[in-house]
Amino acid sequence: MNKALQVKFGNIIFKNPVIAASGTFSLDFEQHFDLTQLGGICTKGLTLSPRTGNKGIRIWETASGIMNSVGLENKGIDLFIKNDLPILKKVRAKGTRIIANVSGSTIEEYLEGITLLAKAEVDMIELNISCPNIKGGGMSFGMTGQAARELVRQVRGLTLLPLVVKLTPNADNIVKVAQCCVEEGADGLSLVNTFNGMAIDIRSRKPVFDNIYAGLSGPAIKPIALRMVHEVCRNVKIPVMGMGGICNGRDALEFIMAGASCIQVGTANFINPLSCIRIIEEIDDFLRKEGIKSLDEIRGII
Amino acid sequence: MAKIIFNQQIDDGIYYIEIAGKYRGSMGQFYMLRGWATSHPLLNRPFSIFDLNDHSISFIYKVVGEGTQLLSKLRKNNDLELFGPYGNGFPFVEGKIALVGGGMGIAPLYLAARELMTYSPTNEVHIYLGFKENAILTDLFEAVSHKLIVDTGGYISEIVNVNSYDYVFACGPQDMEMALMQQKNSENSHIFFSVERRMGCGIGACLACTCKTSAGNKLTCKDGPVFPGEVLLFE
Repeated sequence: MNKALQVKFGNIIFKNPVIAASGTFSLDFEQHFDLTQLGGICTKGLTLSPRTGNKGIRIWETASGIMNSVGLENKGIDLFIKNDLPILKKVRAKGTRIIANVSGSTIEEYLEGITLLAKAEVDMIELNISCPNIKGGGMSFGMTGQAARELVRQVRGLTLLPLVVKLTPNADNIVKVAQCCVEEGADGLSLVNTFNGMAIDIRSRKPVFDNIYAGLSGPAIKPIALRMVHEVCRNVKIPVMGMGGICNGRDALEFIMAGASCIQVGTANFINPLSCIRIIEEIDDFLRKEGIKSLDEIRGII
Repeated sequence: MAKIIFNQQIDDGIYYIEIAGKYRGSMGQFYMLRGWATSHPLLNRPFSIFDLNDHSISFIYKVVGEGTQLLSKLRKNNDLELFGPYGNGFPFVEGKIALVGGGMGIAPLYLAARELMTYSPTNEVHIYLGFKENAILTDLFEAVSHKLIVDTGGYISEIVNVNSYDYVFACGPQDMEMALMQQKNSENSHIFFSVERRMGCGIGACLACTCKTSAGNKLTCKDGPVFPGEVLLFE
């Protein structure tokens, strides 16, 4: 493994900057590659209580993208700790970082969830204040600096685990939300979650999704995501995980040059289950060819 | 990347594709196919394994949207990607077995018949195929069954006597599956359905293909696509 790929994110060392994004990855990827090759794995959005997710169509293709309206279906944090964590521990033992993505409908739900996870064997918490697909809570905590500030302050008081806040591109002012998270003690930020979008079935004359709006991801959003990561990185001093349509090594390097410390790969996992591995190889290849000894040499140079 | 051996129309809008290589898989499992190099259409397309041997794997598909349209344009020696095998597949069982397919639901039944025949020489396999208009591939199915019944224009579920079989493996429209379930009144006959749902990743990550069952939400791609009839909650 090329040492140049190593990333220091706060106090946490990632063996490489590539992290499988929340809700786009499962342990079944093991049938395609050794999961310990990954820099990190974000869990599916976890909530205190189990959620059955949204009714109706949950995924819809659009030009070079997909919209999803899954609605945080998950078995709840208790069952995650009991069933999934023991398996993830084996991956973690080999240095792949495990990041628990936590969501909730109310501040109380977030806080109880974080309390359960505070002693769990995970490396980080990714506080999801950006899910557009649930009715109460979720993204509403990420829309304004004030809402984010309140939640991050309370969560910060409950855990010593590194805290990364996942931001929504649908915020009124994403830089302001980012700054409020920094002021309340966040250790890092991850952005962007999906863009609110819409699709209509012209035959039935109805919205495709029961929730009317759904989250757009994939290559279609990459240029906007990149711009937002650039803006946030220029205005905060904590490390950032960049994401939004990253499909290959070149995309990943663009986010790093825009200032991201790590990058997350989401939708590309659906195009090819080996996407993360290919991206690691392509970054490695670029660094060798360009004679770059550390990603620090190119991070945030734009 | 894999090479296409042939990809030909066998009926109006229905294609048979054979891909070179030795692939793993068992009856009722599926692969995700991608026959285009661009990011649009973004998602791969799931297809049940029709047949496989030491040098190739084959699928049948109907052109219904952009993905299958692009697939249908591929020719001999063109490249495509496939990921799998995914899903649980049909269980290996012994006894008197009916395989019931409606329309494109016939796709997983050919391999099922072949594997069930090999699994136990005492298995008695009857195949029921229902089509709206033209019957397809019946000569192939004939060769792997003790009895083949083909219907066009009617309801294949009305011809099958569910309770006279130890096992019924079925794939087709939901109406067909419900009709088969309604017939069942014997504890000794077991029905398994291979279900179809809008799918994203095929590997249990995106949670798009939820299937409602009496034991809660299940993933069609990972927990299925084969489910025992009695746990399925028809929508």
